[in-house]
Amino acid sequence: MRHENIETNVGLLVALTLVVISIGGLIEIVPLFFIDETIEQVKTTDGKDAIRPFTPLESRGRDIYIREGCYLCHSQMIRPFRDEILRYGHYSLAAESQYDHPFQWGSKRTGPDLARVGGKYSNEWHTQHMIAPRSVMPDSIMPNYPWLLENDLKYNDIAGRLKSQRIVGVPYSLTDEEYEANVERFGKEAADRLNIHAAEENLMAQAEQGNYDGDRSRLTEMDALVAYLQVLGTMVDFKQYDEGHFAEFR
Amino acid sequence: MSENKKTGHAVQTTGHAWDGDIQEYNNPIPRWWLWSFYATVVFSIIYWVLYPAWPIGHSYTTGVLNNITYTVNGEEKTTHWNTRARLVRDMQTGEDAVKQRRHMQEVANASFSAILSDPKMIDFSSKIGKVLFTDNCAACHGMGGQGVVGLFPSLVDDDWLWGGRTENIRETIASGRIGFMPAFGKTFSDQQMDDVVEYVLSLSNQAEDQPRVQRGKQLFGGEQGGCYYCHNQEGTGIQSQGAANLTDQIWTIVDVAGQKDIEGKRALVREVVSKGVNRSMPNWKGRLSDEEIKLLTVYVYNLSGGK
Ligand code: HEC
Ligand code: HEC
Ligand code: HEC
Repeated sequence: MRHENIETNVGLLVALTLVVISIGGLIEIVPLFFIDETIEQVKTTDGKDAIRPFTPLESRGRDIYIREGCYLCHSQMIRPFRDEILRYGHYSLAAESQYDHPFQWGSKRTGPDLARVGGKYSNEWHTQHMIAPRSVMPDSIMPNYPWLLENDLKYNDIAGRLKSQRIVGVPYSLTDEEYEANVERFGKEAADRLNIHAAEENLMAQAEQGNYDGDRSRLTEMDALVAYLQVLGTMVDFKQYDEGHFAEFR
Repeated sequence: MSENKKTGHAVQTTGHAWDGDIQEYNNPIPRWWLWSFYATVVFSIIYWVLYPAWPIGHSYTTGVLNNITYTVNGEEKTTHWNTRARLVRDMQTGEDAVKQRRHMQEVANASFSAILSDPKMIDFSSKIGKVLFTDNCAACHGMGGQGVVGLFPSLVDDDWLWGGRTENIRETIASGRIGFMPAFGKTFSDQQMDDVVEYVLSLSNQAEDQPRVQRGKQLFGGEQGGCYYCHNQEGTGIQSQGAANLTDQIWTIVDVAGQKDIEGKRALVREVVSKGVNRSMPNWKGRLSDEEIKLLTVYVYNLSGGK
């Protein structure tokens, strides 16, 4: 009997099980790559892409965010419900996490959503809150992360990190053509910061200029993490669009 | 065929035997289960018809529920069911949103003095203001607005760095503020620093060494220190600069009032003067609407007892 053939042959059973399961998955996932409206077109007034990949420093901050497991308590996904947008701001767009591999939407909100925390607080507040959350929020249950201010930021491998992001489709530029394409797409200023060859200089320049942890003499992990937090959700200027604009994409 | 022990009827088996005699019954699926299964199938077919469901090339079936209507730029728009459009509709015509907007409009159209003399509007702004304050401001200024000495100023006292009139507060919230004082650690010699510190303490009647106070006064009002630029000659501060009033007992950067002995007080004042101050209050005009900022202004104004 055929049933018996399958059940007594482990290799075949595994293969056929995979086929059956993937049919469901493929039907749900594959069309999303083709449907035009999956990722919104978000342009600035001068026709450039509003959403750019993270700069080298922000990208290092994101690595630290993942390393410390911040996503276990924080989501980065504001859902399109009235109570959420009243609290956190405009709902998250798919476009806003298009360069985020893996995305940090999260599924658990022990702490507040962070999708639009950029610009909400000052750098001093973030630094203080990271090393000792209870010094500013007496009832907080967020852990202390004092080592972020003690550890020097490791950045000599930044080019390699960006290259691996490039392999999964993030437009960091390696060749001249890619750089030119980025100038076209994001504008010169952003394109310069996405150039892998200048990654280290860019990282140091941004840290020097932003002075995120309040101490210019050292480049710490706190600099990177705060730079990352401060850019979250700030790339799109929603005032530019009328209320119904993003509903068109659904 | 084996026999079902309960009914005594013969039950079909799947037909294969394992390890010689282990067989599997081929009982029919329970009726309730089967019918539930059919029901889910029917449900999904109805769902496909009503809601967005199937991909077709670069697009998808949008469903026949073409029932979400909202207004954009004065034009009415009806679209297939989707959560974003539903949100726009709820924000425009939902019961809660309409109610809240009516109150918001009232606040937007009223002057501060009109709001502050109308108990109903005060009530509304303290309710909404409290929510806004908790979501946006409490992380720095504390749940009750009490602040953290050294980091974030208290909003419940009557001492204002940038002015306590409604218009000042509104401007503080909308545009943000930068509290900056240069570091004087390298400007003064040790002795000069002692003198200036003693003079600062004398402004709030806490000094003990008169000769130092006299010398410190020269430095405070002179060009080398230049403290008077921002704090003015009397030390009462200049609100347009956000410079603290040094003549009162309220300290925002260092907790001088909390120190019992004079040495402790001197050490703290010395610390601010040598290190300077650099802290900032973010601006909110991009994040909050004008009406929300107005409500917060009323809320903050009332926190300090409305003076
Ligand atoms: C155990 C869960 C937990 C973890 C892990 C955690 N947080 Fe939090 N976080 C919270 C809670 C609870 C709050 C709210 C109270 C507060 O502000 O401290 C919060 C608040 C915050 C806020 C302020 C958000 C706002 O809008 O007020 C930021 C920013 C933040 N966390 C960043 C981080 C980062 C970065 C990490 C990883 C290094 C992290 N958190 C890890 C629980 C957590
Ligand atoms: C990132 C921390 C932070 C947040 C969040 C914050 N503030 Fe502030 N706020 C400050 C700091 C720091 C100052 C002092 C600025 C200075 O030193 O001049 C300040 C000053 C003020 C002042 C002026 C106080 C005075 O004495 O003149 C008001 C009013 C105020 N904040 C209200 C608010 C309101 C309302 C919100 C929420 C919408 C808010 N703040 C959110 C940090 C913050
Ligand atoms: C550029 C303007 C400026 C100059 C010059 C200046 N200050 Fe200040 N000072 C400020 C500001 C602004 C604050 C309040 C900072 C804040 O609260 O964010 C302040 C705060 C202080 C405080 C802390 C008050 C408190 O409530 O904790 C002391 C003490 C002080 N100044 C003393 C001095 C002395 C002494 C000098 C001269 C050597 C001086 N300042 C020169 C702007 C100035």
